Amino acid sequence: MGRNGVADWLVQRLTAVVLGVYTLWFVGVLLCTPDMDYAAWRGLFAPLWVKGFSLLALLSVVAHAWVGLWTVSTDYFRPTWLRLVFQLTCALVLGYYLLWGIQILRSA
Amino acid sequence: MQVSVYRYNPDSDNAPYMQDLEVDIPAGRDLMVLDVMHLLKEQDETLVFRRSCREGVCGSDGVNMNGKNGLACVTPVSEVATSGKLVIRPLPGLPVIRDLVVDMSMFYAQYERIQPYLMNDEPTTGIERLQSPEEREKLDGLYECILCACCSTSCPSFWWNPDRFVGPAGLLQAYRFLADSRDRATEERLSSLQDPFSVFRCRGIMNCVNVCPKGLNPTRAIGHIRSMLLRRAS
Repeated sequence: MGRNGVADWLVQRLTAVVLGVYTLWFVGVLLCTPDMDYAAWRGLFAPLWVKGFSLLALLSVVAHAWVGLWTVSTDYFRPTWLRLVFQLTCALVLGYYLLWGIQILRSA
Repeated sequence: MQVSVYRYNPDSDNAPYMQDLEVDIPAGRDLMVLDVMHLLKEQDETLVFRRSCREGVCGSDGVNMNGKNGLACVTPVSEVATSGKLVIRPLPGLPVIRDLVVDMSMFYAQYERIQPYLMNDEPTTGIERLQSPEEREKLDGLYECILCACCSTSCPSFWWNPDRFVGPAGLLQAYRFLADSRDRATEERLSSLQDPFSVFRCRGIMNCVNVCPKGLNPTRAIGHIRSMLLRRAS
C-alpha cells in the first residue's frame, strides 16, 4: 500500500461504498429493532452472511483508514521519525482492531 | 492608500517583516497592483520584484495580493484591496530569494519532469504532423498556460510535497501532451504519474482554478489524467 496511486484511490472509494452500505443496513436494523437486548444482538450476528458482511466492513475500515492516515502523515509530518512513529502506531492499532474484530465475529 | 509589503533581504535581515507605506493614487483612477509596486519602488528603491511585459503575458509578476495569488500587472487594486489596504506578499510555499522574488526551481523541476514536449519516434514525412480541427480543439484550455506559478503556489498539496506532487501547472501541461494526437508517449507519461503523489495528491479543492489569471482549469485536466490512469489499470 502506498506505492500505487491508482490502487490507493480505488481502495478508498470501494471501501467507502462498502462502509456506506453497511452503515445504512446497520442503522436500518437498529431502527427496526426497538427491543434490542443481548439475545437479539447475538441473533443479529448469528447468520453467516452477517458475519461475512461485518468482516468485509471491518476490512474496509482498516484499508480505508490506512490509506487515509498514511496520506495525512505524508502531508503533515515533516520529520521522518515522527511520520514513521505515527504510521507504526496506526498499523498496530488497525491490526489490533482487525484481530479483535475477527475474534468477536468467530465467537458470535 | 496604505500598502503593506513583504520585505526580506537575507544579507541584512534576520527575519522577514511587513513594511507599511503610503501611496498617493490619483483621484478617480484605479491602478493595477504592479503600478502600485512601481510607486513603492520610487519611495524605496531597495524593494525587489520581478516584472516584464506588464500585460499578463509573461507571467513573471505573480504575487499574493490580500491573500490571493495573481498577476500584479492585470489585477486592479480595487479588486483586491476591498478594505482600503493593499497587502502584497511573495507567492506562498516557495523559498524567498529577496522581497517578492521567490525561487521557482522546484516549480520548474516539476514542469521538466512531465516532459513538456511532443514525443513521437515515427518517421517524419517531410511536412508537419497534421491534426484535424477536432484533435486540435482538445488542446484549447491547456496550451495557454504561461507558467506564472499562481496555481501551484496556492495549492496546499504542492506546499506539503513540492518535490513529489507535480502541482496543477505541471499537470495541466502533462494533460496537454497526453491529449495531443501527435504524441506517442502516452504509456510512458502515465507510468511516471501513477504513484500516490504525482497526480493523486490532488484533493480537488480548486484553489488553482480560483487564481489562474488565464481562466484555465487545472482541476479538470487532473481529473482527465486520473480517468486515463484508471482506464489503463482496468
